[in-house]
Formats: sequence, C-alpha cells, structure tokens
Amino acid sequence: MSTEFDQKVHVTLADANLQLAIYTATGRLKEKRIEAVAPDALPDYQELRTQANAIKKHAIDNLDHYLEQFERNVAAHGGKVVYCKDGTEVADFVLALAKERAAHLIVKSKSMTTEEVDLNERLEHHGLESVETDLGEYILQLARERPYHIVAPALHMTRYQVADLFERCLHVPRETVIEKQTALARSVLRQKFLAADIGISGANFLVADSGAVVIVENEGNARLTTSAPRIHIAIAGIEKVIPRAQDLATFLKLLARSATGQLLSVYTSFLSGPRRAGEIDGPDEFYVVLLDNGRTRLLPDKAKRQSLYCIRCGACLNTCPVYRKIGGHSFPWVYSGPIGAILTPQFMGVQHEPALPFASSLCGACGEVCPVKIDIPKILLELRSDTRKADAREHQNRLERLGFRAFAWLMTHPRLFEMAGRIGRSMGWPAGTKGPLGAWLSERDLPPLPAHSFREMWRRR
Amino acid sequence: MSRDNILHRIRTALGRGAGQAVAEPPPARIRVPEVALEARVASLLERVRALAGEAWESTDPRGLVANAIAGKTAIASNAPCLAEWGITSLPGVRSGITDREELRELCAVADVGITSADYALGDTGTLVMLASPREARMISLLPPAHIAVVPRGRILTGLDELFSLLPNPAELTSSMVLITGPSRTADIEQILVRGVHGPGSLTVVVV
Repeated sequence: MSTEFDQKVHVTLADANLQLAIYTATGRLKEKRIEAVAPDALPDYQELRTQANAIKKHAIDNLDHYLEQFERNVAAHGGKVVYCKDGTEVADFVLALAKERAAHLIVKSKSMTTEEVDLNERLEHHGLESVETDLGEYILQLARERPYHIVAPALHMTRYQVADLFERCLHVPRETVIEKQTALARSVLRQKFLAADIGISGANFLVADSGAVVIVENEGNARLTTSAPRIHIAIAGIEKVIPRAQDLATFLKLLARSATGQLLSVYTSFLSGPRRAGEIDGPDEFYVVLLDNGRTRLLPDKAKRQSLYCIRCGACLNTCPVYRKIGGHSFPWVYSGPIGAILTPQFMGVQHEPALPFASSLCGACGEVCPVKIDIPKILLELRSDTRKADAREHQNRLERLGFRAFAWLMTHPRLFEMAGRIGRSMGWPAGTKGPLGAWLSERDLPPLPAHSFREMWRRR
Repeated sequence: MSRDNILHRIRTALGRGAGQAVAEPPPARIRVPEVALEARVASLLERVRALAGEAWESTDPRGLVANAIAGKTAIASNAPCLAEWGITSLPGVRSGITDREELRELCAVADVGITSADYALGDTGTLVMLASPREARMISLLPPAHIAVVPRGRILTGLDELFSLLPNPAELTSSMVLITGPSRTADIEQILVRGVHGPGSLTVVVV
C-alpha cells in the first residue's frame, strides 16, 4: 500500500464521528434503494437492468455513430457541440466564450465530470467567479474540499462544521439549525443565479436522436443554472450518450431508485438547444462540451469497456463494506467506492495508486446493485492482474516468485503436501508479525490450527 | 482539432470505420399498463401527498386557488385553461407576461407561481411541463410556492406512456421538465429540507 492511501484510510478509521456519519448515511441510502427496487415495488427491476445494460453496450460499441448523431441534432436545434480532450481544452473554451461575451459570473450545478478537471480552480485562476449551487457542493467549495460521495457530496460534514464554515466565509452569525443554514444558502445563491452570465451544468444522459441533455436533481439549482443565465454550457463525458429519448423510460426508472430510493428525482430536465421562437425564457446560447479526458483509453479493452456504462448513481458506494469504512476521501481521485476503484486505475494508469484494486473484499455486492450491470468485481480482478504485471515489469520480486513456485509444486504433490501439513500443525503458527509476511499479517488474524487435516478426517469418516 | 482526434481514437479503439453503419439498437422498452382514469387520478393525488405536496381534485379550481393565494401575490402562466377557469383574473394574480426580463423580475418577488401542466404521471406523482409561449420555465421555479392546475384528461399512467406519446420531446420544445414533489435537499447530515432552490411548497389541483 502506498503511504498516502494507507494514511488516509487509517485517519478515517480512527475518527469515530466520521465512521458513524459514513455508516449512517450510506446505510440509509442503501435501505431506501432496497425498498425501491424490491419485487413488490418494481416487479420488472431485473429486466430493466438487463435492458439498461444492453442499451449502454450498444451505445458504447457504436460510440462514434451516436456522438455524431447527437452533434447533428444539437446543431439542428440551434446549439453547438464542442469536443475537448482534457481539462485545459474545457477551460480554454469557457474562458474564450466568457471573454467574448464579457461574462464574469458563472453558476454551476453539480457535475462529477467538471470535478475531474478542476474546472472551478482553472476558471478562478483566470479571474472568473464560478459558484457551485448544489447545497452540498457549495459547502465543499467554501471548504475547498472535493466530493465525499457521488450523490451525497458533503456526507462527511456535520451541521456544526457547516455553521463554522458559513460564519467564516459568509460573515454571518453562527447558525446550527439545518433548515436555517439551507435558507441562508438559498438566499446567497439566489442572487448569484439572477446575476450570472453563464450557467454550467453536467449531464446525466445525452440523447442522440433528440440532441438533448438530460439532468436529474432534487434542489432546483440545475434548472436555475440551465435556464436563468443567457448562456448554458453542459459538460459531459463522451460515454453519456444513449440512442433514443424512449430509452429514458428505462434509465430514469433505475437512476433515482438506485441513488436515493426515490421513484424519480424531483426535477428531470430534458433540454435541447436554446429557447425557441415564442418561448418566454431560457438561454439564448446552448453548448455541449463532450469531454474525453482519458475515456478513449478505456475503449480498446472489450472486457473493461463496460466501466463506461456507469450512470453515477452511487449505489455501489453505499453497499460496499470497504467504502463504508474508509470513506470517500481515502480514494486518490474524484470517483470513490467500487466504481472509483475501477475507473481511477483505467483513467490514470494502474501505477497511479496500485493498492486500489486490492482494497476490496471481492464480496460482489457492487456488481449486484449496479443498475446497468457493470461486472465491477471481475474488472477489479483484471485490474489486480494488470497491476501485478506492471509491477513485475518494474521490479520482479524474486523471493515472492520463488515462494509461489514452491507453493505450486507442493500443491501438486499430495503426499508431500500432507507431510508438510503435519509438520506445520505440530509447529504452530510463527509468533509475531515479522518477516516477509509481516505487513500482510499486521491487518489479519490467522485461524487456529486444527488438530486434523480435512484429508485425515475424510479418510476416517 | 480535438473533434476529429477524439472520433478517430474512438473508431480505432472500436475497430470501426468513419460513417460505418450500426446495427439496430435493442428495441426501446416501453410498456404502457392499462389503468383506468379514476385510478390514475387517485394514484397521482396519493403520490403527490406522499412527497409532502398538496393534492386536490376539484370542480371549482378558481375557488381552490383563490383560497390558497389569499393575501399573497401570484404570477400565472399563459396557459389558456387558467384564463378559462377564471384563475388569471383572481385578485393579486399577474398573467399574460411575454417578456423574459419582466417575467423574471415578477417571479423573483411573487409568493406563488401558478401553471398548468402538459401532462401528469399517475404512478410517480409527476408534473410534465413543456416550455412554450403558454408555459415559461421560471413560474414553476422561482416563487417559493407552485400551484399546478391540471385537466384530468392529461393524467397518464407513467414514464412509458409519456415517451410513447412524445417519442422525441425535442421536436416540441427546448425544455421538458418533470417535477416530482417540492424542491428538496438532504445534503447536511441527511436531514430532509424542502424548498432549497425551487419551490418548497407544491400544490396539484386536478380539474
């Protein structure tokens, strides 16, 4: 384990309040999901998962076709699609547009994709004010932290921490009542919405046959972001495209249920192009930024390509026994939990955080709850293999290789195996946690040695 | 240019040629159940109430709305049915705005926004609002309370029926919004708070 990952994990494990916060919040989301997809609540849940998987597979396998179709249809409705390979290109595009339109204030609704490329920091660096408007994201922006969870970004913070933060950053009297904190954020952000020149949103889906961007949310900040300012820019990963508006009948039933247990999120916006002739309000300009940022690197591998099916519901985080202990900030990149453990190594390279695919008990819960049926456990295994191969290329551990070769030889010689077992049992486990297995044993307890081996018992039965 | 680079990288990775045809996607999964109108209405009312909204079935929408907005300022959309039912002529109600800036200023200070809805979904308690000269986006968004008056014939079973009626909503509008309950957040300690950016109060009146 790298020291940084290791340290963050230990800090989280030692913080009793944080442990309680993570466990309670994920537990609640998990329970709500289970109720919402139970057979009496959603009888065709499994068929919907199968359908969602089939559509995502088809869309990703023909990604270029659907992106071009999407692009044509956005243009047909008066919008414009911009392809960007990385965060620098996204920032350059937004900065150039802001300069041309003399824009200064940007409101932003929640988007994991923009977190990937640190968009706010890049824009602020060039003198633009870019304000997060989702309550949780706003809190995190003030605290200068990144999201703790895909759908519950400020899951780790208490009302008292929020009170301190608001007092310090907004220069208001300390307020610890959550309703009043929310009202305060509403009034501060309302002024921003009404004054903003540009709204930047993410996208949950890009609909190819309509040229539409679909955004789901509960607060109303995404609706304000996309319809109050004169310019709307949606920033989305290229993998978000689905073929038809009709496919939303499948995805929308799965997304909110898997994320929070709601039947639908409070607001689902289906947006295509700027406001049309006769429409009273809405933006005059509509842009969709299609971001690569490493996604095309995942495409050649047919087995792991399915990582791009993810619809960011967060169900795998809530159900993961590892995430529920080590939390979101232990993870080395913006995506945490099981999906983070498979996306990060593929986007950043397996050497970025080699411990990541191994920080899993492979219990399989993440694969079971995934609404689009991504086989996360299998991908974790493949990434472990990739990591080991990369590792072996860098520095082959001769002792380890020798050890495994000896083990393989012993396992294929039953008599010798049995004899070794007898000798081992009579000697007992080595005491202490030193030696080459020290690090491994420091986190694990060995089971007591049995008096007889299984083979002996089998013979005597 | 990044566009061509990215598309080229995608095609190379997938082993596809430029402009190569694709197989038909799996058929869209649309299942419209048979549900009687009475049951759709009942379900809509029940779902909206379960989300802490208010829901009424009424033959006198004018009286109901008059009660709800007594002593308050309201802005009503240009939906013809609101005028037909006499809602736009209630005291304190502004309507007939077609200018964006004027509408926005009014919405920012109004206590209540009154709209109709193009459709409602019985099984989820959802309003479906298409932006048009009749319905602006801001009326259901900026004021702290939203009242939607919906003719009962507009109540569908659910998402599947909506997308079978509107297979491509982009042909009709730049913005279709589904509204399921009042605006809410649980971002601080998972405590549910209503009315964070959108209306904290939602009333659905079925006529």
